[in-house]
Amino acid sequence: MSEQTPTAKRAAQGILARARWHPLEFVFWIVAFSVIWLLPNKHLILTEIAWLALFALSLDLILGYAGILSLGHAAFFGVGSYAAALLAKHGVITEPVLALIAAGLIAAVVGFATSFLMLRGADLTRLMVSLGIALVLRELANKFSELTGGADGLQGVTMEPILGRFRFDMFGHNGFIYSLVVLFVLFLIARRLMASPFGLSLLAVKDNPLRSRAIGISVDARLVAIYTIAAFYAGVAGGLLAQTTAFSSLDVFSFDRSADLLLVLIIGGTGYLYGGLIGAVIFKVMQDYLAQLTPQYWPFWIGLVLVILVMVGRDRMLRWTEPVRALANRLDWRAKGQAS
Amino acid sequence: MTVVLQTTHLVKQFGGLTATDDVSIQFEAGARHALIGPNGAGKTTLINLLTGMLKPTSGRIVLNGVDITDASPQKRVRLGMVRTFQINQLFPDLTPLETIGLAISESRGDGADFWRVAGTKPGLNQEIADIIDRFRLADVMNTRTSILPYGKQRLLEIAVAIACRPKVLLLDEPAAGVPDEERHEILSSIAALPKDVTVVLIEHDMDIVFSFSEKISVLVNGGLFTEGPAAEVARDPHVKAVYLGESLDA
Repeated sequence: MSEQTPTAKRAAQGILARARWHPLEFVFWIVAFSVIWLLPNKHLILTEIAWLALFALSLDLILGYAGILSLGHAAFFGVGSYAAALLAKHGVITEPVLALIAAGLIAAVVGFATSFLMLRGADLTRLMVSLGIALVLRELANKFSELTGGADGLQGVTMEPILGRFRFDMFGHNGFIYSLVVLFVLFLIARRLMASPFGLSLLAVKDNPLRSRAIGISVDARLVAIYTIAAFYAGVAGGLLAQTTAFSSLDVFSFDRSADLLLVLIIGGTGYLYGGLIGAVIFKVMQDYLAQLTPQYWPFWIGLVLVILVMVGRDRMLRWTEPVRALANRLDWRAKGQAS
Repeated sequence: MTVVLQTTHLVKQFGGLTATDDVSIQFEAGARHALIGPNGAGKTTLINLLTGMLKPTSGRIVLNGVDITDASPQKRVRLGMVRTFQINQLFPDLTPLETIGLAISESRGDGADFWRVAGTKPGLNQEIADIIDRFRLADVMNTRTSILPYGKQRLLEIAVAIACRPKVLLLDEPAAGVPDEERHEILSSIAALPKDVTVVLIEHDMDIVFSFSEKISVLVNGGLFTEGPAAEVARDPHVKAVYLGESLDA
């Protein structure tokens, strides 16, 4: 390795830039885990934030990295939710972690099967196809009411302790820790995937499918792969909802849920993995706060915030956080300077 | 000389328009072969057919003895035929470093690795660096492609194709839109291409065509008008008439 040219050395550093951890990322996760102790009486809403964040991360994988627009991402969330609830209710897989993985895999199978429909056409086609798939699944769940409970929802789900040790308590403490750990693990996996040549090639496909093909990338195969992975993530998110509430109902498939998810990503931004996480926090906190102020009219305020966000532009708003990020960069630079 | 790429009776029709009209053409190994012709002669359509961006109405295409008429664009790249585009087709959100790394990984067959951090494959960085140095992109290699100066983007356009390790390289007006003072960078990079790579050049600038090519094929109205050694085609009065006619009409 000693005969590497200067350009090669710089290349070696430059290409790893995307994979490197930024100091703010450590801060983010330390804060995320510290709320276990800091906000013990908020664990129910924090659980909702955790699965919403995972769900939004799932959409970010296809929207932010592969450029696939979807208005029916709740399809996989719903499949995961019913799968987790049914597995627990009928005692097929009683241990929650295993059941959650199974729920994700079932959603992934549905994602793989429907991904081929998403390859055709442009954004508008994809929006309609994804919307249609979610509607079809919702009606199927409604129709097979003996299995799903139909409009009444799936009652009588009892959850076994996590790993056979930690019970889902009524304050949601263990449920939250469980959801947060699942979110963290799946985030790490997503981060690793997106720092790989595979992840990089997704960005290329999103930027320019024509040139991607012209350098030998099998565009369709990449899109199928990431769509399937995203469906797994959405299924796990839905499974978390079912497991932490011991309930599943038709609204897991609802259009509102898919649309809210896009809102979450618009608030948080796409293509850097944290957008869905930050968006979920802001969305839920805002929803919670506004619902207390004006129980009936909170969607009005959400709508207003959305309009402002789009008109002002996230870039401009990000500039307000510039001093913090500059400071973090300087600390990072110093730390590295001392290391070398 | 062995033929690496050939078409037989290739036809492409768009509705009533025949963009490629019964073209049978051969490209020899290591050739420096130029495709010229007036605007609308079907040069870019021919490239699109060769690389699989378009499907021919009839006719066959054979690359290194393999019939690739129905092969996907990415399959053809893996078989060694790579193109550049007249209008830059790059990845605005990636850096030149990432773009070239991606193309090399793809040509090595590990572009779909999903559990390895990009850039950790032994030898990869040196290979990327060689291409970056060769195309003078070292100073901008970590800059997002979308904000690169046009001349650098044009160099990257060719560098990406080289990174795919082509046996046949199709250059579609590589110097298009590049100001005169930056042209020599593009031209010298083309002149420095390995001798065993077959290079097919589409170009309007006759100075470039005659300085570069050993053989010239002239396309007119979608059909092969004439072809031969560069010096002969240069003297051909019919070819001059075609070009002059074009300029008189315009």
